[in-house]
Amino acid sequence: MTMILGLYNYWIVIVLMMIGFYIIISHGHLIKKIIGLNIFQTSVFIFYISVGKVEGATAPIWQEGILLYSNPLPHVLILTAIVVGIATTALGLALIVRIKEAYGSVDEDEIQSMDNQDVISQEKEHQQC
Amino acid sequence: MLAHLPILQVIVPLMAAPTCLILRKPKLVWLFTLLASSLAFIISILLLQQVMQTGTISYELGGWSPPWGIEYRIDQLNAFIALIISGVSTVVLLAAQTSIEKEIPQEKQTLFYILYLLSLTGMLGILTTGDAFNVFVFLEISSLSAYSLIALGKDRRALWASFQYLIMGTIGATFILIGIGLMYQMTGTLNMADLATRLPEVAESRTITTAYVFFIVGVCLKLALFPLHFWLPNAYTYAPSIVTAFFAATSTKVAAYLLIRFTFSIFGISFSFTTLPMETLFLILGLLGIFIASTVAIYQDNIKHVFAYSSVAQVGYMIVGFSLSTHAGLTAMLLHMFNHALMKGALFLALAAIVYRVGSTRIADFQGLGRQMPLTMAAIVVGGLSLIGVPLTVGFVSKWYLVVAVIEKGWWWLAGLVLLGSLLAVIYVWRIVETAYFKAPIAGRHPVKEAPMAFLVPVWLLVSANVYFGIDTRLSVEVATAAAKSVFGVVQ
Amino acid sequence: MVGIALAVNQIKDMFAVVMLAGIYGLVSASFFVAMDAVDVAFTEASVGAGISTLLMLTTVAMTGRTEHEASHKPLLALLVVTITGGLLIYGTFDMPYFGSADAPVHNHVAPRYIFDSMKEIGVPNMVTSVLASYRGFDTFGEVTVIFTAGIGVLALLSVVRRPKTDAAVEAINDSMHEKHLILRVVIKTMIPFILLYAFYVQFHGDYGPGGGFQAGVIFAAAIIMYALLFGLSAARRVITQPVVQLLSAIGVLLYGSVGFVSMLNGGSFLDYSVLSADPIAGQHLGILLIELGVGLTVASVMIIIFFSFSARSEYQQANKGESL
Repeated sequence: MTMILGLYNYWIVIVLMMIGFYIIISHGHLIKKIIGLNIFQTSVFIFYISVGKVEGATAPIWQEGILLYSNPLPHVLILTAIVVGIATTALGLALIVRIKEAYGSVDEDEIQSMDNQDVISQEKEHQQC
Repeated sequence: MLAHLPILQVIVPLMAAPTCLILRKPKLVWLFTLLASSLAFIISILLLQQVMQTGTISYELGGWSPPWGIEYRIDQLNAFIALIISGVSTVVLLAAQTSIEKEIPQEKQTLFYILYLLSLTGMLGILTTGDAFNVFVFLEISSLSAYSLIALGKDRRALWASFQYLIMGTIGATFILIGIGLMYQMTGTLNMADLATRLPEVAESRTITTAYVFFIVGVCLKLALFPLHFWLPNAYTYAPSIVTAFFAATSTKVAAYLLIRFTFSIFGISFSFTTLPMETLFLILGLLGIFIASTVAIYQDNIKHVFAYSSVAQVGYMIVGFSLSTHAGLTAMLLHMFNHALMKGALFLALAAIVYRVGSTRIADFQGLGRQMPLTMAAIVVGGLSLIGVPLTVGFVSKWYLVVAVIEKGWWWLAGLVLLGSLLAVIYVWRIVETAYFKAPIAGRHPVKEAPMAFLVPVWLLVSANVYFGIDTRLSVEVATAAAKSVFGVVQ
Repeated sequence: MVGIALAVNQIKDMFAVVMLAGIYGLVSASFFVAMDAVDVAFTEASVGAGISTLLMLTTVAMTGRTEHEASHKPLLALLVVTITGGLLIYGTFDMPYFGSADAPVHNHVAPRYIFDSMKEIGVPNMVTSVLASYRGFDTFGEVTVIFTAGIGVLALLSVVRRPKTDAAVEAINDSMHEKHLILRVVIKTMIPFILLYAFYVQFHGDYGPGGGFQAGVIFAAAIIMYALLFGLSAARRVITQPVVQLLSAIGVLLYGSVGFVSMLNGGSFLDYSVLSADPIAGQHLGILLIELGVGLTVASVMIIIFFSFSARSEYQQANKGESL
């Protein structure tokens, strides 16, 4: 029982991670993939921060008289990771805008079939030469 | 300044990147980038010399000793790979300005060089750091710049290839982050040397097993190990040609370094290979990679695709060497990393020259090129011979060491398979040679001139290196052996 | 939060999905506060819930509002996800329990950060001391990541401005922005306060939650608000493209220069103790300067990214208008 109490926090985070991961691989709409990526990454952040929490402690800012602080190291790591996440998201979204301009669609299946069509028509062209 | 070499290795290209933004004019920026890359190369030579003489170098960033601060740790392994990366980067840059004139619009050329320098920075940063989380940060620098560089390709498929790489690459990076998190949770440290000391205590736990699996899967994604290689062929084919030349020779090597470092130095051989059936698994995946990728390469229309799939196959060879988990196997793997960089660097650079003159990389358009671009095609022939593993080329050296390492383990059947893989390479190289030399040029097309000096010089530099290091193997073998020994030596 | 994530999965209206993603970010931020991670909550709220949602909305505006039906069965995806999730849960069984004070993470490296950082660096916010000093190089890498993203977005989305498109764009802007009078007045009064708050967060990060990143994002948010209401061209007149690009480069260079000066003064890269006669003063100076560099680059890159997205959108609209 103590094990469940001690670990259920992590299990919920894992469920969140997996939902995010599932969204990435099963949806064809490119923006949804990016959102899935965001959910996946944010859940990893939640995991890291949970690792750093100490029962009964307070935020890691020095105050006179307080002795129990939560661990500042995970916070630092996640601050960096959040920034990395937004950098990736921004690039991904910029790519989506360009893809929409070039292909007219932001759906994975449609784009893939357009590419396959290109290959087929190119082959036909060159056979005619 | 000599004491600061480890950090300068990374800082030089890193600071050069934003400085380019101040310089503005593309030709000036190109020269500046070339200068920065050459400096990085010189630093890597000095570092390698130092390490070979005096052993591992440790540098404390911020003046804080590890594990509270971040440490840079140079040993034979990463100094060797840094040499390869910075060397290839500099040679490729010689041809860069000419190549991008035709492939990237004028107003984006400065941005191209900035991204190139950032990519170089990222890779060098991964190699030199001794801190696990720092690896993640620089991995993302190199990945983000890679996605942007690939997307600069002219064909719209470059955008799609870049996006797919972004999704797969970020999933891989997040897996690596999860792995690091789990390791940190069980040991309380991020410093790699410290992790190596503290992991054996907790190695039995399921958490650490999970950490290892996630980390390795993430790395294998970046490494393009079968079956996680799907992003590579399109990314290499549709990126600007000079970008492909740079990445084909470098990006997978850095991922391979992470694999070696974490498996041998940090988790330790006993854990990695006995607790989990890694030997068998990597061996199978490596072999599958070699055969499936080589076979697919034979059927490709676009030469860049042929060589991209060939790269996946070469990663397979490296992993076969890795899976042997012996000193000889690791030496073979490291040798192949060095030689593959030379081979593919030369091949893709020559391809870049052809794209510059012909405008296409379809095999059909290669007809008669042997006579019209003799020097460039000769380079491709030598590179192809190297891929197959013909004696007097570096390709032969790696295959030789690999076969020797395999026979040392008594697995003659495996040696046979390795040689069989070379036969497949013969087929796809022959297709190109046949079209270029034995078919007449397509009627009605303008005759094509030989590639300009800007291409010929770096291409033939790399080709000569292919032959030189195939004959005089002292440098590569000595360093690879020393690196393998140092890695094995660290293990308890 | 699980509910929000599941909803994101199901709903096909992209606008709703993006809003839900923003709410997910906000709820995570509150969770972070509950976990004592105040700096992280601050950053997640501004970046994850703010900037992220903004960029996604811009992209949805340019790409269409509904998602098509998926054509392949989700069975393979479910399998992969179940295996991965199962593996992770398997891994939790040997973990130290949530919140326990004797976990390895709290007993090895952390005690020095918590108990000695006041002596060694003199800054109450331990997260800032670790971020800016102990692990300052990681933060340098992070600034570089943000810079890379800015350059990448520029490489992807920047458009060559031609006078014809400019005029068309101005026409669109003028017609749209006359309508929102109340918004314009309110925003005009709010912007100076937001900018001031950004400066406060920048310089007070040593004593409370805050620092370069959060400040940079807030500063950029103010500028973006201005651009949203008054039009991109008006904002561009205040913050010109070359200037903001230069500023982003200067931020990174400033950070690196602090490191260089440390080396020249005999310490290793980014060792602030040698920046001044008294090591603690040196630490303060170093942290101040690098946080400034961070704030500068983050603010400029966020502005660059937003401006690039907007400019591309206007470029698309103007071209559509021409071809009609």
